[in-house]
Amino acid sequence: MAQTKPNYLPRAVSRVQRGRESSLSACSFHAASINPFLKSLNRNLKPIYSPAPRPPLLIRRRRRSMAFSKDQLLARLQELKIEFLSCDHPAVMTVEEQAKYVGHLGGALSKNLFLKDKKHRLYIISALANTKVDLKILSQRLGLGKGGLRMAPEEALPEILHVALGSVTPFSLINESARSVSLLLDKGFKSQRYCLFHPLTNEVTIALTPSDFDKFLLSIGREPAYVDLEDCPVVGKDNPPDLAYLVPAEALNLPGGADKVPPTSAPAQTNATLEQKTKQPTQKPKEPSKEQKQKSGKDKINADAVADSTNVEKFVEKVLEKVSNVFISELSKQSNAEDGNIKDHMLEGVKQRVSSDLLSMTMTLKNSVYAQGFHAGIESTLYPLANKKIVERK
Amino acid sequence: MASTTGETLAAAEPIADGRTEEGEEEQVVNPWEVSAKGGKIDYDKLVDKFGCQRLDESLIQRFERITGRRAHVFLRRGLFFAHRDLSDILDAYERGEKFYLYTGRGPSSESLHLGHLVPFMFTKYLQDVFKVPLVIQLTDDEKCMWKGLSVEESERLARENAKDIIACGFDVERTFIFADFSYMSPPIYKNIVRIANCVTGNKIVGIFGLTLEDYGGKFFFPYIQAAPSFPSSFPHIFSGKYSKLRCLIPCAIDQDPYFRMTRDVAPRLSYHKPALIESKFFPALQGESGKMSASDPNSAIYVTDSLKDIKNKVNRYAFSGGQDTIEKQRKYGANLEVDVPVKYLNFFLDDDAELLSIKEKYGSGAMLTGEVKARLIEVLSEIVERHQRARAAVTEETVDAFMAVRPLPRMFG
Repeated sequence: MAQTKPNYLPRAVSRVQRGRESSLSACSFHAASINPFLKSLNRNLKPIYSPAPRPPLLIRRRRRSMAFSKDQLLARLQELKIEFLSCDHPAVMTVEEQAKYVGHLGGALSKNLFLKDKKHRLYIISALANTKVDLKILSQRLGLGKGGLRMAPEEALPEILHVALGSVTPFSLINESARSVSLLLDKGFKSQRYCLFHPLTNEVTIALTPSDFDKFLLSIGREPAYVDLEDCPVVGKDNPPDLAYLVPAEALNLPGGADKVPPTSAPAQTNATLEQKTKQPTQKPKEPSKEQKQKSGKDKINADAVADSTNVEKFVEKVLEKVSNVFISELSKQSNAEDGNIKDHMLEGVKQRVSSDLLSMTMTLKNSVYAQGFHAGIESTLYPLANKKIVERK
Repeated sequence: MASTTGETLAAAEPIADGRTEEGEEEQVVNPWEVSAKGGKIDYDKLVDKFGCQRLDESLIQRFERITGRRAHVFLRRGLFFAHRDLSDILDAYERGEKFYLYTGRGPSSESLHLGHLVPFMFTKYLQDVFKVPLVIQLTDDEKCMWKGLSVEESERLARENAKDIIACGFDVERTFIFADFSYMSPPIYKNIVRIANCVTGNKIVGIFGLTLEDYGGKFFFPYIQAAPSFPSSFPHIFSGKYSKLRCLIPCAIDQDPYFRMTRDVAPRLSYHKPALIESKFFPALQGESGKMSASDPNSAIYVTDSLKDIKNKVNRYAFSGGQDTIEKQRKYGANLEVDVPVKYLNFFLDDDAELLSIKEKYGSGAMLTGEVKARLIEVLSEIVERHQRARAAVTEETVDAFMAVRPLPRMFG
């Protein structure tokens, strides 16, 4: 491992050295004993770990529904016993800039693209810095047709990934709001010793081994999907899109800049999605009264979440969507000769025939469950009174 | 939209027993009797006589635009064909002003047929697309007065009917079902008396054709049916900003007299006039001679019918417009005007393309009566089966929950 002279920017070094003595010594011991790479590092650059994880479990649980911060992410990595190198630097917006500060680490820099397709499904593509990523080809491989992939709207970054511009990173998938974002990883990462990513802020870069990175992904319920991003297979009748299985099942309601369908058209759109799109407040990343807005926004989001989870039509829609996606991908695996159109048509027919019954059954379930809860509520209210009478009589 | 003009009770009123001055017999349409000469009801004349408006294509398209999805099959095929002030409700809705739905049933028998379910199916659609609350009145007191049932029997029937209504798929979070006998309470009774103070006995006689020989309760009942049109009758649901909420009433056109009276009273109590959306009568299996009758089991498909019963009834009793022999049928085609299976398919077959194809083929002779009936049996069986499955799942607790006097916190959610 070639050593590089510590002639990178003094600013970076001084920030590193400013870490707490005790934790530094403890950490560096820990690091040095296990990480041979670190032994070879210039002594000046000592690995720092984040400050101690927030102890009160109560607070952490509540935070889970809010955005994760860099410190919380690093704390989580520590919990998972994932070793990583962390390097602070001024905010960087491009890979080239980032390389200036952390190139010496000898790990693989990543470029991260946050994309969306025409149906408002979101993707993060994380590639090695020198891998060529052709969006047109990827779009076809995902089964989205030509030109189906675009950059996601700016507002989606703080809204869904909870990161600022220039900080897209696979680590942002730790957020609940990003659960439907699909992650495509460059298979080139697997052969690297270290992969470099932003830990939710572009003022820091962390380096970790590919296997530890996989460990993290598995811990947030993600199956790491490594793909040869430079491969350009011809997608056609005999060759179904090979990455179709990575298309998310759920589309997200993107704030503001999403392709809005004018209310006069598309009677097929359900009333629910129309309402939600106009309801969503567009959150600008830098607002002074963001705290207040976030709080009332959160109440609204909670109320919307309840309305969503009790909505029978949405439920049935999701069920049918899930089943049809899986069905399509299974079909694609089995018989390549089927035409995509026939499959869609068949699915539409199935959905039509099964919808009414599913809706009726789900409404029955909802009503029965409510009735039981209602009954329980009444009983629990009457119970202490009934008990009191018995006691008094004695 | 002509909601106040031409609507005085005097102007709109037919003589209650249907006879004109010359003594000629006309069609009779009122809440207790529906009949017409020649058997066929002239809906155009009815709309003129009652003074309501026809539901035209532009309103249907407006429905689709506002709700963002295809209009219900009953709207598209003209089963719900008339209205009062529906455009006002739609205007208000577009402005963000909500409304609530009000419909009801007179629980005279335990057995319901598909004709009874029609307003409920449509009301469910309205509840789903507009996401608004619904109140359903079970007029057990009415049946007590008119059918001579005992109070206990009426109450029992009301509860049984409630189960079938629930099985139509209403959302418990937005629906309040109540029976007059059990719900009578200060808020609604006060409204009933307020309404009663606005309508004289003469008017009631004029609208409903009662005489002094009839029991007094019958004079009082119209006020009871009118009261749920005013949100203050349900303070546990509509309070605060919803205390003057607008009301939309889906019903069959024979209920129009009650609500004409209600609309007349509303401004005097400073409420919005309730809007109406009215349906035709569902044809009986034997043909266009009035409503389906609960007393003739072969005039209708009942929700308790087995698949075999449905097959039997359609094959044996459904009036066919086809020719007598296959040769004649192939040559001349069927008379779609009187053919009952096609009429039924018109209302229950959702697929526009398939319906058109059946009409063409049947009318030209390419299709036989048996085939059309077979398709109808399929469609009806699916509906009845679904209903029976849902009905089986309704427990006493479910009925209690729907009928509990409780707030509906997410009724617009």
